[in-house]
Amino acid sequence: MNHDANFYSRRLFLRHGLVLSSAAASIPAFLSGSAEAMVQRMLAAGTTSIPGVPDDHILVVVQLGGGNDGLNTVVPFVMDDYYKARPGIGIQARDALRLSGADGVGLHPALRSLKDMYDNGMLAIAQGVGYPNPNRSHFKSMDIWQTADLAGTGDGWIGRYIDSECCGYGKGESGKPDSTPNASTNSMPGIAIGRTAPLAMTGRSAKPVSFETADLFRWSGEDIHDSLRDPYHAMNRRGESEGVASESNAAFLLRTALDAQVSSETIRAAVRQQPLVTYPGAAVARDLSMVARMIRAGLKTRVYYVNHGGFDTHAGQGGPQGRHAQLLTQWADSIKAFYEDLKKQGNDSRVLTMSFSEFGRRVRQNASQGTDHGTAAPMFLFGPMVKPGLIGDHPSLTDLDQGDLKYKIDFRSIYAGILESWFKADSKPVLEGTFRPTPILRQA
Amino acid sequence: MPMQPAERSNASRPAAGGDSAGLNIFGSMSPIAPEKFGFDQARHLLWRAGFGGTSRQIQTLASWGPQRAVDYLLNYDQVSFEPVASDRFDKDIMRPATAEERRSAADARRKGDEDTLARLQMERQRRERLDRGQVAEMQKWWLKRMIETPRPLEERMTLFWHGHFATSYRTIENSYHMYLQNQLFRSNATGNFANLLFGIIRDPAMIAYLDNNDSRKGRANENLAREIMELFSLGIGNYTEQDIKEGARALTGYTFEDDAFSFQKNNHDEGSKKILGRTGSFDGDDFVRIILEQPACSRLIARKLYHTFVRELPPLERAEDNSLNPSVRSAIRDLAQTLLNAKYELKPLLRRLFLSEHFYSPAFLNEQIKSPVQLVVGAVRSLETPVRDLSILNDALDLMGQNLFYPPSVKGWDGGRSWINTSTLYVRQNIMAFLLTGKRPVGYDPSAETDRYDPMPLLADLVDTDADAARDPSRVADYLLKLTLGRAPAHTREPLLDFLRKHDNQLGPDHLRGLLLIITAMPEYQLC
Repeated sequence: MNHDANFYSRRLFLRHGLVLSSAAASIPAFLSGSAEAMVQRMLAAGTTSIPGVPDDHILVVVQLGGGNDGLNTVVPFVMDDYYKARPGIGIQARDALRLSGADGVGLHPALRSLKDMYDNGMLAIAQGVGYPNPNRSHFKSMDIWQTADLAGTGDGWIGRYIDSECCGYGKGESGKPDSTPNASTNSMPGIAIGRTAPLAMTGRSAKPVSFETADLFRWSGEDIHDSLRDPYHAMNRRGESEGVASESNAAFLLRTALDAQVSSETIRAAVRQQPLVTYPGAAVARDLSMVARMIRAGLKTRVYYVNHGGFDTHAGQGGPQGRHAQLLTQWADSIKAFYEDLKKQGNDSRVLTMSFSEFGRRVRQNASQGTDHGTAAPMFLFGPMVKPGLIGDHPSLTDLDQGDLKYKIDFRSIYAGILESWFKADSKPVLEGTFRPTPILRQA
Repeated sequence: MPMQPAERSNASRPAAGGDSAGLNIFGSMSPIAPEKFGFDQARHLLWRAGFGGTSRQIQTLASWGPQRAVDYLLNYDQVSFEPVASDRFDKDIMRPATAEERRSAADARRKGDEDTLARLQMERQRRERLDRGQVAEMQKWWLKRMIETPRPLEERMTLFWHGHFATSYRTIENSYHMYLQNQLFRSNATGNFANLLFGIIRDPAMIAYLDNNDSRKGRANENLAREIMELFSLGIGNYTEQDIKEGARALTGYTFEDDAFSFQKNNHDEGSKKILGRTGSFDGDDFVRIILEQPACSRLIARKLYHTFVRELPPLERAEDNSLNPSVRSAIRDLAQTLLNAKYELKPLLRRLFLSEHFYSPAFLNEQIKSPVQLVVGAVRSLETPVRDLSILNDALDLMGQNLFYPPSVKGWDGGRSWINTSTLYVRQNIMAFLLTGKRPVGYDPSAETDRYDPMPLLADLVDTDADAARDPSRVADYLLKLTLGRAPAHTREPLLDFLRKHDNQLGPDHLRGLLLIITAMPEYQLC
C-alpha cells in the first residue's frame, strides 16, 4: 500500500460514501467522440518515422560513462610495456580471451559474452579511437564525443542528424523562422533511457524523449485519485480547441499534450510486454530490455540511448576480477541478451549498437591500484550487419603522448560510417566536415 | 548604419503614431489609459515583469492604476528585502595553487613521484566535487531568493542577463566566479546597459568562459570579441570579421587573478586597431565604447527585452527587422530610441514598455510560454504552495531545460516553444502535482504529510465579495480559472464541474486541491 490513502485523503471520500467510478468506466461527454477516435488512430499508427531514413534501421547507443579503461578491455597481452605499466592490475596473457584473426590482443576475461558475439560475427572493435588534443575532463570530453565538435559546443550529433533528416538543416543553420519543428505532431525520433536527455540527441529542433522508466513518462497526478483521470484526459487529449488559432502557442501546447499522451501510452504498452529472453540483473540490462520491447512493439523510433556508468576507476579497479570486471560483465552480458531477444523477435538485423566512452585511461596504473583519465580507447559496434573483426591496429605503448595513447581513428570517422552506411545520410552537414567513413557494415 | 533622421525626430512622440493601418494592430506605445487597467492587465504585468501574484496582489496593483503599479515594480530599491537564505559561499574552493604548491607539484613530476602526484590529483578532484556541491547550493539559493523576493523584477532581470551574457559553470568550474557574475547582474539588473558591458569584459567567469585569459598580444583569442559583437551587443550583420580580429586585439591582456580582474599590460597589444570605422590604439574599454556608439546595440537590447517581456520573436539572424509585423517593429524601434535617449539607462525603456497600450494588447495576454523558472516560482508565489524541497525543484528545472548557472551555450536559452516537448510537458505537470500535494512520480515526499497545502485562502477574495459564491461550484471553478489561466472558457470549466459532481459538489480542501491538480495539468497552464 502506498501513501495514497494517507495523502489525498481517500478516506475522506470513502467516509462521505462516494462510489468512485473506475477511470475506464466511461468516456465523459465532454471528451468528444472525434478526439478519442483521433487518439486511437494515432495509437494504432505508432509514432512517426523520420522521412528519408531507411525505415527499418535502428541505432542503439550504449554509453560507457566515466572513462572505460580500454587497455584492460581489449588487452595487448603481447606487449611487455603493458605489464610494466600495470604490475598490479594487468590482465595476464593466460587470462585474456583470444580472438581469432586478432594477433596480440584479447578480451578481458569478464567479456565472455563479447567473445561469443565476436565468434558469431556480430562484433567489430575499432582500436585506438580518439580525437586531437584530448581533453581529460569527463564533462568536456563527453561533450566533445556527443557534439562531434572539438570544442564540445553546439547541438548533439544525433540531434543534428535528426534535424537534418526531418527539418532540412544542420548545425547552426536556420530552420523555420519560428523554430517550430516540421514534425510537430507525435514525433519520437529518439528515446533516451535516463533522467535527462543526453546532449548527443538534442538538436535545434530534435528533442528526445527521455525517462528512467516508462512509468515516469506520464502524469503522476492520476495516482492521487481516480477521479482526476477523466478530466485530465479530457484536457490533454483535445489536440485542438475551438477558438484557438492553429499558429498560437496555445495550439502548439495542445498538440504537444496530445503527442505526450499518445507517446506515453505507446511506450507503456510496449514495455508491459514480457521480454522474450532472461536478462541479467544490471541496470543496463533493464534499460536494454526496455529498448528491445519498444522495438518489438513497432515504435518508429530510430535512435535509442542507454548509459552504463561507473567506469571512473581511480582506485581499486581490480584485474581479472573486481570492480572493472563487474562493469564489463554487466555490459557484455546485457548486450548479448539484448541481441538474443532481438533475434527471437526477428529484429536483430535491423539494430546496430554502438558503445563508446568519453576517454580511456592512462597507460600507467596509479598508486591506488587504479587508473587516471587518459585518451584513446576502443569503440564497439554490435549486430549481425556489422563487418566483424578488428578495425585498425592497437595503439603503441611506447610512442606515447605524455604517458597517454595516441589515437589512431578519429571517432568522427566512425560516426560518418554509421551515418553514411547505416542511415544512408550525408555525414558532412551533420559532422560539419569531411571524415572518411569507416567501413562498418558487411558488404551487401 | 547611420541613424536615420526621421527615426530620431519620431522619438519625441510615439514612434507608432501610425500612418498605416497595420501599424497599431497591437496598440501603440502610448500609455495605457488608467480605466483600461483592470484585473487582467495587472495580472499580465505581474506575470511578465515578475513571477505572477496572488489574487490579492493582482487586485492591489489593479486598484493602484498603471503608473503606480509599474513604478512599484520598477523602483524596487525602495522595497526593503532581507534575504532569508545566506549567500556566504566559500570563495577559496577553487583558488589558484600557491607558489609552494606549484613548486612541490613540479618537483614530484620531475622526480616521477607517483604517490605525490596521485595525492595531488585526489586533492584536486576533492575540490572539484566540493565546488560542484557549492554550485548546487547556489542554484537552490537563487531559486529560494526568486520565490521569496518582494522585488520580483530584480530577479527577473538578473535571470535575463544570465541568459543574455550566458556563462556556464560546466565550462569554468568555479562556483564563486559564477556567484560574482550573478551579483554583477543583480546590482545592474535595471541599471545601465553600458555598465554591464564594461563589467562583463572584467568578469572572471566570462573571461574564463570565452578564453580571454588565454588571449595575448600576437595570438589574440577572438572568442570574447566575437560573442560580444554577435550576441551581447550588435547582432550578426553589424560588424565584419575584421572588426572581430581587431576587437580581440583590443581585449588582449584583459584577464583575472584569483577572483579579481587584472589587466596585464605585457600581454596587451598596444598597436593601432581599426574597429567599426574608428582607428586608434584601442583597449577593451575603447572597444566597448565604440560598440555602444552603434545604433545596432540599442536595437539588439530592445529587441531582446521585447522578446522576453512581450512576445517571442525569431532569432535576429533568421528574421530581419523588416520581416516583423509593423506594429511590433515600430514598438521595438521606439524602445531602442528610448534606450538611446536615456544613454543606456534601462529603467526608462522598461517603464515605457510596461506602461504602453502595446504591452497590454489582448493578443499578447496569456500567449507566452512560461520558462521553467517562471512556472515553478510563479506557482509557489501565485498559489502560495509549500516549497517542499528546493533540491527537487532545482532538479525539475534541469529536467525542464533551465538549469541555472548551466545555460546550454553562449547563446543562452532559446526560450518559447523550445521549452516544450513531450518529456518536459510531463515534468511540468508533475512538478505542479508535487508542489500541490507532495506527490512524486513514485510515492510521496515526506512533506506531503507535514506540509499540507491549504488551498482555502485562495478563495478569500471570493468569500469577501460574496460568501455564497464560494459554495457555488461553477463560480469557484471560474474564479480559480481566472486566477490561474487568466480566463475561464467553457471547455476548461466543464471538466472541473464534472470532477466536482463526482464528489457531490463539495468544495473542501481536497476538492480544491483536485481542481488545482487538473488546472495545472492543462496545456493552457503553461502560458502566461
